[in-house]
Amino acid sequence: MTVIATESLSKRFPRVTALDRLTVGITPGVTGLVGANGAGKSTLIKILLGLSPASEGSASVLGMDVSTQGSAIRERVGYMPEHDCLPPDVSATEFVVHMARMSGLPPTAARERTADTLRHVGLYEERYRPMGGYSTGMKQRVKLAQALVHDPHLVLLDEPTNGLDPVGRDDMLALIRRVHTDFGISVLVTSHLLGELERTCDHVVVIDGGKLLRSSSTADFTQRTAALAVEVTDTDRHPDGTAALRTALEGAGVTVHADESGAAPGAGRLLYITVTEDSVYDAVRDAAAELGLGLVRMEQRRHQIAEVFTQQPHESRSPEPGDSEHQRPQEPAQVRERSSADVV
Amino acid sequence: MSSEPTTTAPAPAQRGQDVIHNIGYRRYEGQRLGRSYARRSLFIQSLRGAFGLGRSAKSKVLPMILLAATSLPAAIVVAVSVATNADELPVGYPEYVLLLQPVIGIFLAAVAPQMVSLDLRFKTTPLYFSRPIERSDYVAAKYAALSAAVFVVIAAPVVIMYAGAMLAKLDFGDETKGFFQGLVFCVVFALLHAALAAYLAALTPRRGFGIAAVIVVLTVPYFLMSALQAIADEQDSLSAVGWLALGSPGTLMDGLQSKFLGGASGFPGGHGLSNAQGALSLLVIAALIAGSYALLSRRYRKAGL
Repeated sequence: MTVIATESLSKRFPRVTALDRLTVGITPGVTGLVGANGAGKSTLIKILLGLSPASEGSASVLGMDVSTQGSAIRERVGYMPEHDCLPPDVSATEFVVHMARMSGLPPTAARERTADTLRHVGLYEERYRPMGGYSTGMKQRVKLAQALVHDPHLVLLDEPTNGLDPVGRDDMLALIRRVHTDFGISVLVTSHLLGELERTCDHVVVIDGGKLLRSSSTADFTQRTAALAVEVTDTDRHPDGTAALRTALEGAGVTVHADESGAAPGAGRLLYITVTEDSVYDAVRDAAAELGLGLVRMEQRRHQIAEVFTQQPHESRSPEPGDSEHQRPQEPAQVRERSSADVV
Repeated sequence: MSSEPTTTAPAPAQRGQDVIHNIGYRRYEGQRLGRSYARRSLFIQSLRGAFGLGRSAKSKVLPMILLAATSLPAAIVVAVSVATNADELPVGYPEYVLLLQPVIGIFLAAVAPQMVSLDLRFKTTPLYFSRPIERSDYVAAKYAALSAAVFVVIAAPVVIMYAGAMLAKLDFGDETKGFFQGLVFCVVFALLHAALAAYLAALTPRRGFGIAAVIVVLTVPYFLMSALQAIADEQDSLSAVGWLALGSPGTLMDGLQSKFLGGASGFPGGHGLSNAQGALSLLVIAALIAGSYALLSRRYRKAGL
C-alpha cells in the first residue's frame, strides 16, 4: 500500500519548471523529502493537497486522485506549513478548536481532540494564553497540533524544525517519530538538512530541480554516508597529532580521509573516518588514548543536502567519483522494486 | 550536537521510557461533517470575532462601544417619544440608519481588516485552504460574516425603535411597515458596505492600510457628491442632484430609502430620485456588490498558500 504515489508529475510555471516528471511511491511510515530551497518540495505539497493543478502527470494521496478529490483528501490529511501561521491574539486552545471544526469535527469532539492533541505535542497550561507570547518552539508545537487534531491518516510537515535551537530540534524530531510510532499516522516531512532526517525517517526521497535524485530507505543512506569527524590536540611527543592519529588508525585498518577542501574553519585539523561498524568508535578512542592525544571532538557529520549531489569521495566507502553518474538512471527502477517488495 | 549512531534505530526499551506520562493516543472514529459544516463554522467564528468574542478583552472594547453608539441614541429617541406622547417617532427607520453612517464607517474600518487582512498578514489562510473548504467557501463565509456583523449593528437600533414605538402605542400599521422597510434597508446597506470593505481589506495584509482604505472609500466620494449636489441645488438643476447620487455609497443609500422605502430625502433641497434614476441606482448597487464580490474571489485565487 502506498500513501502517496506520483506518476511523471510535472509542474511548470511561465519561467520555471518546479517539478519535472517526478515518479515516486511513498509507503506508510516516516518519509523525508529532502531538497535545497527551490527544489520543488513546497510545490509538491501543494499539488498533493489538491490546491494547485499539475501541468501533467498524475498523483494520488491515500488512494484518492488529487485533481478530482481534493476536498476528501484534505479531510484526511494534515498540513503544517513552513512559515508562521498563528494569529497572535488567540489562545492555542481557541485556535486549534477552530481548526478542528474547519476539518469537519463536531463542536464537542473538536474540544476533546484539541485537549488531547495539545497534551500530546507537549503544551500544557500555556495553551490558554494568547499565542503572540509563545516561543518559537511552542509555536511549532501548536502548528503540529493543528495538523494532527482531526486524526489524519497522513501529515505533511513542511520544514518543522525551522528556526529551532538544537534541543528544540531534537524534541521536534522525537515528536515526529512518535506521530508515526505511537499515533500510527504516516508522515511526510521536508527538510534541507539530510542529517536531521536520517535520524527520524524510515525512507528518504531526495529531489533537486524538480527531479527525483534518489529514493531509498534510511538504512541505505546512513551506510553510504556515515562518517565521523575527529579532531585531536597536538602534544610534545606528537607535534602533528592529526597526522599521528591518521597513521595509527590506518594501521588498525580504518579508512581515514582528511578534509582537502579546506573550506570549513579548522578544516586541516579534522579527520573523517568512515564508520563501517561500531568497533570503529572504540578504535578511534583507543588510538587517541595510546598516543596520549586530547580528543577535542568526535562527532557524527551532519550532512548537508549538497553532499548527496556531489558525492564527495571522502564520504563514500567504495564508489568512484564517476559512480554517482551512472547510478542515477537506475534510481527510479530501484524505487519501484522497493515499493513492490513492501506490498508483499 | 553529536549524536550516537544508535539513535537512528531507536530501541524498543527507550520508547517505553519516553512515554511514561503518555496515556496513549486515541483515534477519532466519530463523524466528519465536511465542507458545508466547515464553511458554517468559519462564518460563525468570523462573526463572533467581529465583536471580539473568543478574542482578547481588548478587542471587545471598540465593537461594543460602537454597538452602544448606534443603539443608545435610538433608545433615547424612543424614551423621548414615549415621554412626550408623540404620535410618531421623530426619525424614520431608514433615516436613522443613514444618520449612523459615520459610526458604521468606523465599525467597518475596524472590523473588515481584522476579519480579512489578519488572515493574510499572519498567513493563516493556508491552514484554511488545506482543509475541506474551497477558496470560494472562504470568501463566501467571510463576506457573509461581515455583512451579518454590519446588519447586527444597524438593525439593533431599528429593533429598539420598533419595540419603543409599540410600547408608546403608536399606530401599529404605520410602524410595522416602517420597521420592515427599515430592515430591508439594513440588509441592502450591510450587503453593499460589507462587499466594499471586504474587498478593500483583502487588498492588503496591513491592517492600517485596510482601515485607511475603508474610511477613504466610504467618506471621500460621499462628501464630494454631497458638495456637488449642494452646488447643483444652488443652480436649480434638480435632475443633477439625482444623478450625482449615483456617485457614492452614502448618497446611493439615501436615494434608495427616499425613493423606495418611504424615507425622507437627505439631499440638499430634499429632492428625491426620478424613476429612471431610481432604477439605475438599484442597478449600480447590485453591480457594486457583485463586482466587489467577484474581485474578492479573484484576489483569493492568488492570495494564500
